[in-house]
Amino acid sequence: MSKLENLKQDLAGRFNIQNYDFSNAIGDDVLVLPKGDIVPVLKHFRDTGRFDFLMDVCGVDWPKREKRFDVVYHLFSSKDGSRLRVKVPLAEGESIESVIGVWKGADWFEREAYDMFGIRFDNHPNLRKILTHHQFVGHPLRKDYEADAQQHCDSVLPVHFDNVDGQRGDVLNENLVPLNIGPSHPAMHGTLRVMAELDGETIVRANPEIGYLHRCFEKMAETHPYNQVIPYTDRLNYCSAPANNVGYCKAVERVLNVEIPPRAQAMRVILCELSRVIDHIIAVGTGALDLGALTTFFHMFTYREKVYTLFERLCGARLTVSMTRVGGMAQDAPEGWFDEVLEFCREMNLAIDEVSRLILDNKIFVKRTMGVAPVSAQDAIAWGFTGPMLRATGVNVDLRKTKPYYGYDALDFDVPVGTNGDIYDRYLVRIEEMRQSIRIIQQVCKNVPGGDYTIRDKGIVLPEKKDVYGNIEGLMNHFMLVIKGLRPPVGEVYDATEAPNGELGFYLISDGSANPYRLKVRPPCFAVYQSFSSVVKGWQLADAIATVASMNLIAGELDR
Amino acid sequence: MASDSLSSGALSSTQNSSASNMALGTQAADDMSRSFAMTSKLDAVIAWGRRNSMWPLPYGTACCGIELMSVMGPRYDLARFGAEVVRFSPRQSDLLVVAGTITEKMAPILVRIYEQMLEPKYVISMGACASSGGFYRAYHVLQGADKVIPVDVYVPGCPPTPEAVLDGIMTLQKMIKDHTPRPWKDNWKNPYEQA
Repeated sequence: MSKLENLKQDLAGRFNIQNYDFSNAIGDDVLVLPKGDIVPVLKHFRDTGRFDFLMDVCGVDWPKREKRFDVVYHLFSSKDGSRLRVKVPLAEGESIESVIGVWKGADWFEREAYDMFGIRFDNHPNLRKILTHHQFVGHPLRKDYEADAQQHCDSVLPVHFDNVDGQRGDVLNENLVPLNIGPSHPAMHGTLRVMAELDGETIVRANPEIGYLHRCFEKMAETHPYNQVIPYTDRLNYCSAPANNVGYCKAVERVLNVEIPPRAQAMRVILCELSRVIDHIIAVGTGALDLGALTTFFHMFTYREKVYTLFERLCGARLTVSMTRVGGMAQDAPEGWFDEVLEFCREMNLAIDEVSRLILDNKIFVKRTMGVAPVSAQDAIAWGFTGPMLRATGVNVDLRKTKPYYGYDALDFDVPVGTNGDIYDRYLVRIEEMRQSIRIIQQVCKNVPGGDYTIRDKGIVLPEKKDVYGNIEGLMNHFMLVIKGLRPPVGEVYDATEAPNGELGFYLISDGSANPYRLKVRPPCFAVYQSFSSVVKGWQLADAIATVASMNLIAGELDR
Repeated sequence: MASDSLSSGALSSTQNSSASNMALGTQAADDMSRSFAMTSKLDAVIAWGRRNSMWPLPYGTACCGIELMSVMGPRYDLARFGAEVVRFSPRQSDLLVVAGTITEKMAPILVRIYEQMLEPKYVISMGACASSGGFYRAYHVLQGADKVIPVDVYVPGCPPTPEAVLDGIMTLQKMIKDHTPRPWKDNWKNPYEQA
């Protein structure tokens, strides 16, 4: 019995499933519901344990349809790695019940859908803008909003908090000290802003404000051809740019239903793991920096530079490599590159030992982080944590194991998990993950498959330059693909990879044209950061700084 | 390098004063030449000090901020140019490095930070986004930091290589040395004030 049949039977006795629509789209189960049933059905899924994660909530705009919007929920089961997409069609002006009571992690995702599409969620306690500025009028991801219609902002948003239990968020308590941190503050990594209310040093209320780096990635994706979106993905999580390239291209390739050659897969695995290492270098380095340890940062950055050199050898760019193409890689690795990677691995292994001695055994670091601001496994799942933040709480979920891709199942590596979910464990997990990534890279580099680095489908991949200049067929193929564009068939897919920060999902809808119809990114640190106010409540201000650092919030993917 | 520029500054002012000696009375010319020489020399000394001890405020908002870390980091080491004292307080810094995309939401804050900096102050816009909005021709992105604050040096690239940033800083050092006029800064008005 297929999973979908099983699901149908499960729901049949409890709900009125005549109005439901069950289908399968490119390997994903899809369930379309009327809006009244969304909360009970999701509650049923959660309570029976069929799906334990709500990964994403987003909107889709179909202006020509009678019911203009779709609200899309992506569910995930950590047990068998299965996914379900639940869709609710909604007419303009209609509202839908918030699922925040089922999964509290729906909070910011629903706010984003409200900000971007104007979809109203009933009984959401804080349904206000999240990404665009407070003077912004309209909902930018609607199809009738022009991509370059800028609206200027001339004032700074005043300090305010979330509404809770009858307490209004915009009314400040006169007995407490309001404190604004950021967005221009060394501990706020450039674009984060935290508003706090303090009783002495203790945080009574805290409210993170995001959107200071909202660069309209999703709207840009809708206005650019598929391959031109790749450079934009680089700039999502810019600390580990190649991992985003891979995640995006993998989603497009699933819509196209193509399998990339083994050599391209191996190169992608190496790039992903290298980017995991350099991402964790930044996370650990700046984390220690925020606690006052400058040495770790400078020492670790030496090794980040070594990876930059490897990237530069591979493609010419250091940070934003844009190395993948739909269908494979942009070019083959230069001769001897894999040996250089192996040499780096040898050095990096020693460096990881050094850094773990530098900070994990450091008395000050231990005192500042151990037992501080812990998150329980239950909370972490409810918030939608993924990646090192989730594994630090002791939950063993890693897409490379749960739902292996690119031959990860054939590789020998361990998934480190923590026990307490405190700040110390997060760094422990990250440092151990670096070791495991090095193990993976060594295994792949020692046994790189031969063959081509890309598929050669002339409707997908540009011909090589020698063919474009050398023969008429190559010239024609090049011309056709550039003029007509890469056009995947109509369809939609949600595809996720294990990025350094956690599950990086791309929900891609193709309408058969040369641009994506909708591209929703499920950024891992977005789900993590929404828990911030409840995680730091009752802790001291300095602990909040340590918490922000340990969450490894990358504004590019947080705000997109 | 430092002693070269000092002596050349002094030399040129001596020539000026000897020219004016002929037209004026001896006593007045003597006083004046002394003051001229002193003024010019002081300018040179001050410019020398300013350009070799810039305290940057890294306004790193995005990818360029990560490359800026490389510039500060061990391989490229901005300390060689006397600009390693990174200050996040605008009141302690004189070089604002706008590294990364400035969104509409961020723009009023950037202006406020710029206004809080004490004179003399300089601005480097690092990367395509800070210089022009880059490839984000989008509804929430300011099309260049120079829409709201005066920019002295633009460093191209997405993100620029650390070498390019160092070149930008050296260009700024040369501007300070040459006392390059900066009309964009002199004529700047806070874009939010009259509104």
